Amino acid sequence: MARAATKKLKKKTDWPVDVFRVLKDADVRQVAYVPDAGHTELINLCIADNAVRSVPLTAEQEGVAVLTGAWLGGEAGALLMQSSGVGNVINMLGMANECRIPLLILVTMRGDWGEFNPWQVPMGQATEKALVAAGVIVHRVDDTDRIAETVESAARLAFDAGRMVAVLIGQRVVGVKDWTK
Amino acid sequence: MATSKTNNFATLQRRSVVHRILKDRGDAAVVTGIGNASHDVASAGDDDRNMYLFGIMGGAAMVAFGIAVAQPECRVVVITGDGELLAGIGSLATIGVEKPKNLSILVIDNQAYGATGNQHTHTARGVDLVGIAAASGFDHTALITDNKALEAAMDDIYKKPGPYFAVVKVMTKTGSRVTVPNDGTRTSRRFRKAVAGEDA
Amino acid sequence: MPAKTKITLDRRKVVARILRDRGDALLVTGLGAPTWDAAAVGDHANNFYLWGGMGGAMMTGLGLALAQPGRRVLVITGDGEMLMGLGGLATVAVQKPANLGICIMDNQRYGETGMQDTHTEFGVDLPAMGRGAGIAETAMVYTSKELDGAIAQLYDARGPVFVNVKVVPKVQPMILPFRDGPSIKHRFRDAVLGET
Repeated sequence: MARAATKKLKKKTDWPVDVFRVLKDADVRQVAYVPDAGHTELINLCIADNAVRSVPLTAEQEGVAVLTGAWLGGEAGALLMQSSGVGNVINMLGMANECRIPLLILVTMRGDWGEFNPWQVPMGQATEKALVAAGVIVHRVDDTDRIAETVESAARLAFDAGRMVAVLIGQRVVGVKDWTK
Repeated sequence: MATSKTNNFATLQRRSVVHRILKDRGDAAVVTGIGNASHDVASAGDDDRNMYLFGIMGGAAMVAFGIAVAQPECRVVVITGDGELLAGIGSLATIGVEKPKNLSILVIDNQAYGATGNQHTHTARGVDLVGIAAASGFDHTALITDNKALEAAMDDIYKKPGPYFAVVKVMTKTGSRVTVPNDGTRTSRRFRKAVAGEDA
Repeated sequence: MPAKTKITLDRRKVVARILRDRGDALLVTGLGAPTWDAAAVGDHANNFYLWGGMGGAMMTGLGLALAQPGRRVLVITGDGEMLMGLGGLATVAVQKPANLGICIMDNQRYGETGMQDTHTEFGVDLPAMGRGAGIAETAMVYTSKELDGAIAQLYDARGPVFVNVKVVPKVQPMILPFRDGPSIKHRFRDAVLGET
């Protein structure tokens, strides 16, 4: 039984705090998510904020629909997921695409950098192409210091320019799972 | 707990059912699931507070949820079909946990996929959507099979704190096709202005 | 919503107990903790381990059960994984596979992403959803005695069977089986079909 003894990469950064600030500045009021390790801190910040409604989903495509509803109701929202969830949202994106609904999607990547689980690789490698094929503007970021400014750009494109935008936060940044413990 | 059998004995006509429901809508917002449900709603008269969905199954309940959260003073009603709801069945668990008071989900259940040739859906073979909703955390549910029950449901749909989930069993017979506004860029903006105000 | 019953069962002991009597039953395990639980009992050629495809475990079991009507097929998966494929309950119920048993190890948590609560922590009742879908043989298990009854259902009752075992959300040692998909597939198929 092989075990992946991957080097534990440094994960401690303030990027979730900075990204949360960006979301607040963009007046995001609803945050929908399927729990993901990489998004833990950001999710917890959202849950702790009474001005933000945090909605745990059973599957990611529900979140595309929630954000569509949020916008129809006058509120901005953000959808947090792992790259594996991107595969689940492709058809539902058609609704937001066709109606020209602003969408802000923050994706933590798997199958991308130092991945030990082969089953994460297909969707990890397909994430960017699948999103682009579905009409989403994709910003990749692999540098901790650039995450917040990238989310800010994405938020502007989404809410000011009325587009579907996804920020892919690279696995190198999020941190590689340590299976040796 | 209500259980469903086949709708061989359904007596309600879907178009009349939906028109009756909408008669009491007041300023409630309505989200329609794709297919027959959109036609039923549009045939009662177009309304800025109608958001008609097309083509993509499984999203109607969650779209309505997002609206309900954004506009807590607004009553939001989903009118959809059994097939469409089944395609997004996990939504019931998500909504059952969140318990938005101003959301009502109405499933017009003809036990068939109307837009693709009336193939049986799973409700024709014993799947009980009311039971699933109750198990998901909906405290207010109903299986409606006659006009008396439909009348009795109006308060639940529009007035009492929700979330509310009801299945209305209807005959296969549909109403005539009407023109349903399908430019989503237009209906979405119209809806948002009507529900969230000019400055949204 | 009923008052919360105390959860005391240990998932490793539960899965060991379930698999003790497996005979020649085929097993599909959902990603994450259920796969580690099965590996902890011991690797077996009749195990198909999933390392991805969240939401697909029960449906994988369905396809297998339909392809192998003479074999008992068991799916052991988690609540988060099951929640992501809820429509499958309706699909399974309509197909009525007599040889399929589904067992949820319900720790009310997403184990692989930091033990966040799932919807079952807030009262979502999976066996009740199974009954709503039309599955007649269901059980919600909190105690050892209830587990014994449920195991008999899983192996002997006319399926589909849907059992939900409430287990303590304690993090267990990670016992990892092999993860190369093609290898898992070939070994499993050879075991089920004879070498092809």
